[in-house]
Amino acid sequence: MFRTDLRWWGFCALALCLITASAPTRAQLRVEVTGVGSNQTPIAIAQFQVDGGPAPQDVDDIIRADLTRSGVFRMIDTGNTPIPESARVDLGDWKSKGADAVVVGSVAKLADGRFDVRFRLYDAVKQQQIDGLSYLSSAAELRLNSHRIADRIYEKLTGVRGVFATRIAYVVQLSKTSFELQISDADGANAQTALRSREPIMSPSWAPDGIRLAYVSFETAKPVVYIHTLTTGERKAIANFRGSNSAPAWSPDGKMLAVALSRDGPTSIYTMNSDGSGLKRITNSGAIDTEPFFSADGKSIYFTSDRGGGPQIYRMDPSGGNVQRVTFNGDYNVSPRLSPDGHTLVYVSRRNNKFQVQSLDLASGQEVGLTDTVLDESPSFAPNGRLLLYATEVNGRGVLASASTDARVHTRLTGPNGDVREPTWGPFIK
Amino acid sequence: MTHRTQLQSLFIAAAAIAILAGCASTPLDENKAPVAEKSAPPPAPTPPPAPDTRAVQRVDTAPTQIDPLTDPNGTLAKRSVFFDFDRFDVKAEFQPLVEAHGRYLSSMKQRRVVIEGNADERGSREYNLALGQKRADAVKSRLTLLGATDSQIETISYGEERPRATGHDESSWAQNRRADIVYK
Repeated sequence: MFRTDLRWWGFCALALCLITASAPTRAQLRVEVTGVGSNQTPIAIAQFQVDGGPAPQDVDDIIRADLTRSGVFRMIDTGNTPIPESARVDLGDWKSKGADAVVVGSVAKLADGRFDVRFRLYDAVKQQQIDGLSYLSSAAELRLNSHRIADRIYEKLTGVRGVFATRIAYVVQLSKTSFELQISDADGANAQTALRSREPIMSPSWAPDGIRLAYVSFETAKPVVYIHTLTTGERKAIANFRGSNSAPAWSPDGKMLAVALSRDGPTSIYTMNSDGSGLKRITNSGAIDTEPFFSADGKSIYFTSDRGGGPQIYRMDPSGGNVQRVTFNGDYNVSPRLSPDGHTLVYVSRRNNKFQVQSLDLASGQEVGLTDTVLDESPSFAPNGRLLLYATEVNGRGVLASASTDARVHTRLTGPNGDVREPTWGPFIK
Repeated sequence: MTHRTQLQSLFIAAAAIAILAGCASTPLDENKAPVAEKSAPPPAPTPPPAPDTRAVQRVDTAPTQIDPLTDPNGTLAKRSVFFDFDRFDVKAEFQPLVEAHGRYLSSMKQRRVVIEGNADERGSREYNLALGQKRADAVKSRLTLLGATDSQIETISYGEERPRATGHDESSWAQNRRADIVYK
């Protein structure tokens, strides 16, 4: 049966405000899938029927691209004939064409200019409908709602929440004196500029609310940590002490930040409340301690330290106690990021003069290289833990790439200009 | 024609004199008449010649202090210290350079410097920021050993954000693993 979920409408309204308040799309990233997963579910996504006038977004194209990028689906050719949501679908026929799942849908332009987007998801093996939904969508919301449909399909078929409707933040350097902090959809499309500066910007970090970012800006000729509210453009320098202020990381409840400061000597880790009060130094090794990252349960902070000679990953309590070394392979391990379930640590490691993202299973100690590039930086987990976003270099230019956490699927997001770097995957929006 | 031109010139000259005569605009004629009468026989006080608009008057500033800092051939002209990968120890070849700046700062307590640490592009930007800071701090501690004071020196880091060389090879990286002594 068809059901229109009212909660989604609320989100659509909010999303509409966000999208219409912002600048038009610029510097869109292009997605190239460069690897192939195993055990992919074959899925047929028919062209959606468009009625009442052209739609500004190709809804079924966006859904297909999202599901392809996840690495867990293989697209079955559906030809060029649209199949409306209301059509009777011959699931036996689709099964014989190799599809385990079938998606059909319609995009109808309404008299008030909005679009009624409907889809149905069928299980061709069990011969039954497993999902169906209608979204009333403004033109500006169509892309977001396409991502939401992809999320529902992904979740119905894998049991894991989809991340296609989430957003990413990254830094683009357009020239020697032009830096932008951009926010885009998780597929790199719909990029919007949150901050433009003549000086470098680095280390963006999403607050758990998905609306605020902390980052480092050199706009005052030194590194200072700011908190920036995307919806209003409001900014506040949260750490601006003597020396370097950098590496902001939010606690999972959004109440605290960990930062790296050199105000008292060597770069050390401090915690503070998110309003800037309550500064507390939690490392005092005499060596470099930086890149703090909270575990999702808030009980640990992972960080980089060269206290043992070269940089390695360590773990400690948020109070600074109970420090343990975590990485032992190689002499250069930096940029720790813990998976949302706390089981897997990823970091950049130097091996044979290549800087590559490694994945460490914390229980077994098994380490796996996730990439085949040589200058990787800034790995970041998708909020469902299934994909990783990172920066790397191709032909001397910074690009964003993603990899499945099983290392089987690699995707590259390339923009038309500029050096792209410092990607960080935003949270699920509740 | 000629007559007219002369008249014109006269008029312009008069106007010019009026302008050059200065600020007063009203009682000039009344005052001028009696003065002219008193000194009638000698050549009438000729108006000051119109200044040569192409003249160049040389001005010498006060003699400059001899500052070894400005000697392009001196050791102090060298202001960059280079480092090895993931290292922040000042190598022996840069000791004379650092010592020269330390002695200079020690003798010129009013001078201030900012030491800017940098790193090559490889690895983590945050770790490189911290590494650049350590490089700057390493140079600072050398300078203070030689008599420069803490208040003369500020250290900051740009990490890998402001590369001097933008290539992606060892020769570029070597140039970017650097601390610069910047006089303010």
